[in-house]
Amino acid sequence: MDVKDGKTVKGVNFVNFRNAGDPVALGAAYGRAGADELVYLDITASHEGRKTFTDLVKRIAENINIPFTVGGGIHELGDVERLLAAGADKVSVNSAAIRRPALIREIAANYGSQVCVVAIDADYINGQWVCFLNGGRVPTDKLLFDWAAEAESLGAGEILFTSMAHDGVKNGYANEALAELSSRLHIPVIASGGAGKKEHFRDAFKVGRADAALAASVFHFGEIGIADLKSYLRQEGIDVRI
Amino acid sequence: MDVAIVKYNAGNICSVDYALRRLGITPVITDVPEQLKAADKVIFPGVGEAQNTMEFLKRKGLDRLIKELDQPVLGICLGMQLMCSYSEEGDVDCLGIFDVPVKRFLPQRHEDKVPHMGWNTITNLSSPLFSGDLENQYTYFVHSYYVPVNACTSATTHYIHPFSAALHRDNFYATQFHPEKSGAVGEHILENFLKIGCAR
Repeated sequence: MDVKDGKTVKGVNFVNFRNAGDPVALGAAYGRAGADELVYLDITASHEGRKTFTDLVKRIAENINIPFTVGGGIHELGDVERLLAAGADKVSVNSAAIRRPALIREIAANYGSQVCVVAIDADYINGQWVCFLNGGRVPTDKLLFDWAAEAESLGAGEILFTSMAHDGVKNGYANEALAELSSRLHIPVIASGGAGKKEHFRDAFKVGRADAALAASVFHFGEIGIADLKSYLRQEGIDVRI
Repeated sequence: MDVAIVKYNAGNICSVDYALRRLGITPVITDVPEQLKAADKVIFPGVGEAQNTMEFLKRKGLDRLIKELDQPVLGICLGMQLMCSYSEEGDVDCLGIFDVPVKRFLPQRHEDKVPHMGWNTITNLSSPLFSGDLENQYTYFVHSYYVPVNACTSATTHYIHPFSAALHRDNFYATQFHPEKSGAVGEHILENFLKIGCAR
């Protein structure tokens, strides 16, 4: 769930937003429906918005009985402390970790690797997976597989990989890149970006060798039900909680 | 009912607090010996590192106090590991309530990722914590160290190999998984703990 000014929104190719409801109510509903974990991403840039988001994290922790990760606007250890103190189980860092990789080591040393999710937005350009900053707006000189391995060596607990070209298009996850990530890393890889139908989830696990799959709009707009998806995945031989 | 949560430098204290509040219980979070001794139930949570946490508990005198509690006590995650005899994490002697050492996961295949994070089923249930039909239900785990199956094991699960998902001896109960994050199943387990009678 992308959260702006206290409301859940979902980016289509990181640009256009459609409102998808109240974050706490939506999270609680997903918990009841069988989601294994929730991710809340604060896309508000302002200082004021950050305070709103911290208050929201506390309300989520009070009301939701499954693990949740929060990200967005995490620049330093103090931000991590503030969000964990509000009740988040994990934090997701993205641009700040690319700018200053030592942040990953600091988070892992202070709170454990299990708290530290490193989110990577990448796009396939001229034969290479290039990592981007600022929600996919600024290209960097970091390449996906190298950066993910570096993040792991610094203490990342999980890699959340979003293929920018696949995100919002609903044509399936970037399975080849996922499989490459999974083979190179020794930490869980979460697939993100591209889910449009149930088969896409199956392929992320079977072809992409992902440890988990993240989706937003197909759930927000009721296109795929979580219980229905999980019983399908189990029929396909994938071990999921039902 | 008075429920006390042992206050120390653990990560998940507020999650346990919120989970109890969702069940209508307002716990006291304290490291005051008298308050812990007087409570009807004590919860010993934990997310963190064994050696530092043991040092902290010793400084506060909580190591002896926890061992001597006679009401139902529930250790969670690191709390459970600290109730064992010894931990490979930091090579440290622990409380010794359960006579079993804590070991680090050793991956056998590329797919064996450590820390173990995720939902696993609990089986071979034998403790009032699991009354009701909870066999093969899923609970949420986050850990890099594990307790081998032993005489006190009251639930087992499997990741890389079988290990203890829960322990029980006398008035001491413990879960490796996080009931406070395990959805409706976790709430059921916490409710079961709250219902356990107090022998004293």
